[in-house]
Amino acid sequence: MPDLKKRIAPEYRWLPHPLMTLTLLIIWLLLMNTISFAHILLGTFLGTIIPWFTNRFWPERPQISNPVLLLRFFFSPFLFDIIVANITVVRLMLQPDISKLTPGFIQIPLDTDDPMVISILASVISLTPGTVSSEVYLKERLLIVHSIDVPDPEAAVQTIKTRYEKPLKEIFLC
Amino acid sequence: MLKTAISIAFIMMVIAQLLNLYRLFKGPSLPDRILALDTMYIDAIALFILLGIYFTTTTTYFEAALIIAVMGFISTVATCKYLMRGDIVE
Amino acid sequence: MTIFIEFIVSFFLVLGAFFALAGSIGSYRLPDFFSRLHGPTKSTTLGVGSMAVASAIYFSFQSGRISLHEVLITLFLFITAPISAHFLAKAALHQRLHQKKEGTEKIS
Repeated sequence: MPDLKKRIAPEYRWLPHPLMTLTLLIIWLLLMNTISFAHILLGTFLGTIIPWFTNRFWPERPQISNPVLLLRFFFSPFLFDIIVANITVVRLMLQPDISKLTPGFIQIPLDTDDPMVISILASVISLTPGTVSSEVYLKERLLIVHSIDVPDPEAAVQTIKTRYEKPLKEIFLC
Repeated sequence: MLKTAISIAFIMMVIAQLLNLYRLFKGPSLPDRILALDTMYIDAIALFILLGIYFTTTTTYFEAALIIAVMGFISTVATCKYLMRGDIVE
Repeated sequence: MTIFIEFIVSFFLVLGAFFALAGSIGSYRLPDFFSRLHGPTKSTTLGVGSMAVASAIYFSFQSGRISLHEVLITLFLFITAPISAHFLAKAALHQRLHQKKEGTEKIS
């Protein structure tokens, strides 16, 4: 267990998580459904106060190398894949002969130890249809994924590694 | 046209809820039943959104949908944790 | 409220209902639990998310000012869906291991 105090750099003592402050402000404005000045002030106040109290649970900040890359990842493989692959899965589920499907587990060897990257990767895999991440073995660096239709497990592993894991590793610097 | 679309969507959602109900009663294992409950609360959100568009004057339906979303997620996680550990609070 | 906006809202509503229905049909038809997990967690999430977007568009044009708070539901569903799917899968694996009394064997 690393020393928690060392992780909080002094320049972040007053604003421990700038991104979290911004997210909380946006969520507050969405919840109130206005952009009046009073609510921006209140949202900023809440966004500053809540990270103070939850700082102990989040000692480290994610290291994002390039926000543009993150945005591109969000649109190009992620959102696009959700829509396209959902249509594929719906077609698979509505086909008349359902016994043609070959569901099975596949094992993905992970290249990283970072819990942030692993959890984001697992969430992305779960959201893109056809695959649900079901178990992580941290010591063996294995991610067990259930797929609804895998005629070729090797190719599926390669696709996931090149399509999602590599960009995520570039974005989060590890 | 909008009223027709809402009716069609409503009928589809009700059929979906009935299928979930079938899975809830039939489902051979406990995770199946939890999955059916999970799907049912998401579909209930959809029904509330449809009602909110149909009765435009009030935002109560939106608030109900948001509360169902929060509570449903927590209940799913709590039930799964109970199934795994036999205990919710450790 | 033009006819064009009405068309877009109707389209999103019916599309969302279709995806949600497809997810439920998947959970009705598919043979084993892990296959059933795919339908509800993703098709239904996408469907309800699309309906919430339709609601946001409708209220923005109906009241004349931007009303985006339905997007919050979409956001929340998309964040929580993988987590609950993961929990369900873990619970099912745990139960299966428990039934087979093979605590040490890994699934392959």
